[in-house]
Amino acid sequence: MSRMTMIEAIRNAQHVAMSRDEDVVVYGEDVGYFGGVFRCTQGLQEAFGPSRCFDSPINESGIIGTAIGMAAYGLRPCVEIQFADYMYPGYDQLTQEAARIRYRSNGDFTTPMTVRMPTGGGIYGGQTHSQSPEALFAHVCGLKTVLPSNPYDAKGLLIAAIEDDDPVIFLEPKRLYNGPFDGHHDRPVTPWSKDDLGEVPEDYYTIPLGKAAIRRPGTDVTILAYGTMVYVALAAVKETGIDAEIIDLRTILPLDIETIEASVRRTGRCLILHEATRTCGFGAELMAQVQEQCFYHLEAPISRVTGWDTPYPHAQEWHYFPGPKRVSAALCEIMEG
Amino acid sequence: MPENIKDKGVSCVHLTAARFKVYTGRRVVGEEEIDLKPLALFVPEPEFRPGDMPDFSGLELPKAGETRRPPTDAKAEDIRDLAYTIIRVMRRDGEALGPWGDLLDHDEALRGLKNMMTVRAYDARMQMAQRQGKTSFYIQCLGEEAIACAFQHALEKGDMNFPTYRQQGLLISAGYPILDMMNQVYSNAKDPLRGRQLPIMYSSKEHGFFSISGNLATQFVQAVGWAMASAIKGDTRIAAGWIGDGSTAESDFHSALVFASTYRAPVVLNIVNNQWAISTFQGIARGGAATFAARGHGFGIPALRVDGNDYLAVYAVSKWAIERARKGLGPTLIEHVTYRAGAHSTSDDPSAYRPKSESEEWPLGDPIERLKTYLIKVGAWSEERHVQTKAEIEAEIMALQKQAEKSGTLHTGDGPSPKEMFEDVFKDTPLHLRRQRQASGV
Ligand SMILES: Cc1ncc(C[n+]2csc(CCOP(=O)(O)OP(=O)(O)O)c2C)c(N)n1
Ligand SMILES: [Mg+2]
Repeated sequence: MSRMTMIEAIRNAQHVAMSRDEDVVVYGEDVGYFGGVFRCTQGLQEAFGPSRCFDSPINESGIIGTAIGMAAYGLRPCVEIQFADYMYPGYDQLTQEAARIRYRSNGDFTTPMTVRMPTGGGIYGGQTHSQSPEALFAHVCGLKTVLPSNPYDAKGLLIAAIEDDDPVIFLEPKRLYNGPFDGHHDRPVTPWSKDDLGEVPEDYYTIPLGKAAIRRPGTDVTILAYGTMVYVALAAVKETGIDAEIIDLRTILPLDIETIEASVRRTGRCLILHEATRTCGFGAELMAQVQEQCFYHLEAPISRVTGWDTPYPHAQEWHYFPGPKRVSAALCEIMEG
Repeated sequence: MPENIKDKGVSCVHLTAARFKVYTGRRVVGEEEIDLKPLALFVPEPEFRPGDMPDFSGLELPKAGETRRPPTDAKAEDIRDLAYTIIRVMRRDGEALGPWGDLLDHDEALRGLKNMMTVRAYDARMQMAQRQGKTSFYIQCLGEEAIACAFQHALEKGDMNFPTYRQQGLLISAGYPILDMMNQVYSNAKDPLRGRQLPIMYSSKEHGFFSISGNLATQFVQAVGWAMASAIKGDTRIAAGWIGDGSTAESDFHSALVFASTYRAPVVLNIVNNQWAISTFQGIARGGAATFAARGHGFGIPALRVDGNDYLAVYAVSKWAIERARKGLGPTLIEHVTYRAGAHSTSDDPSAYRPKSESEEWPLGDPIERLKTYLIKVGAWSEERHVQTKAEIEAEIMALQKQAEKSGTLHTGDGPSPKEMFEDVFKDTPLHLRRQRQASGV
């Protein structure tokens, strides 16, 4: 066991996966010699040589397209898109190609590949370094979408993603790279070394895709969250004193609907959180499914707190980010309902 | 552990496939039985990494004044050589030579010098302001000032640039108020973009500067579209696209070339080859031995390679390409050869991936020093006047900075209203956004 940041856990996961399987290759923009702009691949080129970890040209369509080709050959590429905001040039390759090759070839060709990308805001990155595009992946049939909230999960989920036989989108909340962040941007940051979930085994382990985790058991209301919003939920619960159950979805597709159902049926209330824009955000899907599965158990309308339907602004970052104040207000309102 | 054969410029590893068959050894291929050797992946490596002594003596640099100057209606196939050379005007001692060297009078060259000095002083102050926590982010163009300044010098009012984040020189040379640039960098109450954009992502239609995108290369093909529109309407204005060496790898670069070539769009397509794309050297984007300029040839686009640290050469080459575009002769691709002397941005530390002294060793010198030396040589300038002007420019920038800070910085002062966040998503704010704005309490 050692204390790791989320960056170190992601680096370690790739190291473990590459050591166990010669077919795992890692590449992306600035990923090789330098080890990535967030340093998530640091040391991999030195350890495994430049043909298993290398810099790519700046072409996201090329990164994803070549990963598909390598996967079709039989490798297990784990590629990095420098920011989720830059995946759009590769979206065609992901959605029309990677996602459907198993289906259209009747399993003759498959695409076991992982596409890592930092996601979310909170770093004054403006509209092109802050987006949360998870719903755009979940909407496409054939892609799995994972979004860890802590170093321990990040490592186990990333190894599972690399070992998975289907394409997996692995979104890394960049505001969590160095410590849990609850939305109180004016307070000192807590490093992962001070958090139990920063405790990460050095060796191989996996966390199955498609399984949520209950971060805080509770009886009054179920909060569905993932990534950074898990910590915002924890802060809001502390500040309101409402005994909420917080479910960290970890994988949004496939969705662990059973854990969600069981919880909402118990609490009778459901609040959904995400940082992404509201309209057609993943919260809309969660609301629909909770309503379909739990309608007769609900004691209040399901509600959601999300980013606004605007591009992520630079100066107004903290008015955009769905912080603890907004989540607390929604919690109080749902308890009155 | 794989066997690692590392050579300068070549690194290859023989990967043994574990789970599946690899086709090596003696096999029948066609009619013959031959020994098939395992393939190996070629991954280019820069010549120098931290700890190495950079040595560019092997770099072939044409002499100033040596390169021919074709007429502007030359065909791409007749000037292929110009994509492989480097057009240079100024010698190290300041002598200006050759057919590209006679286009700017001394007053105009002096204007260029002052613009470059202003860009450098502005960059230095804003870089410092970021370090002091007054803004979140900054990108300087240290060492590349000549390119944007000289190109803008050759444009006419009404022409439109589609820039990257490293062309602040276009704005400054076009006379855009530096105070407004600072207000944008600070995202303060007077920010012309109302706090919505990352610092340095300026926008000014009036000054021929299209809104900067954080997503690389998108603007390159948009420039072609703007130029096509000018042709459709029988206008005489032209467009200029800008892109970095690394970003030429993006598909949008190729889209721009094919549209520009097909419709003979009145556009100048500028590649700024500053050798680096964050930590990645230009060899990862370039492919083999060809130059970036040579990419134009496959599309029949005339391509020129110019010394980007030579103000006079950049001006002359830009003028040539702009004239072509305006005469309806179609697009030109220009590769400006330069060196990114600073870090990529305030988030970057280049000592992790390139030798510290590489910038000083780079053989093209400093653009400001070079133009200064030329102007002194021709008797239009002096060391004393230069020192004095530098001090004046710096004082002016400082005064403007003080004034900008009166309207606040990113974390001080009132800043743009949170209301602004909901405006301009659409021309008219739809109901759902009005409701969200109300819910947000602003
Ligand atoms: C589509 C997209 N991919 C990746 C990035 C991240 N990124 C920002 S700048 C940069 C390097 C660009 O290098 P180059 O084109 O050479 O321009 P320079 O910074 O040297 O001026 C990268 C990879 C981005 N902004 N957009
Ligand atoms: Mg570059």
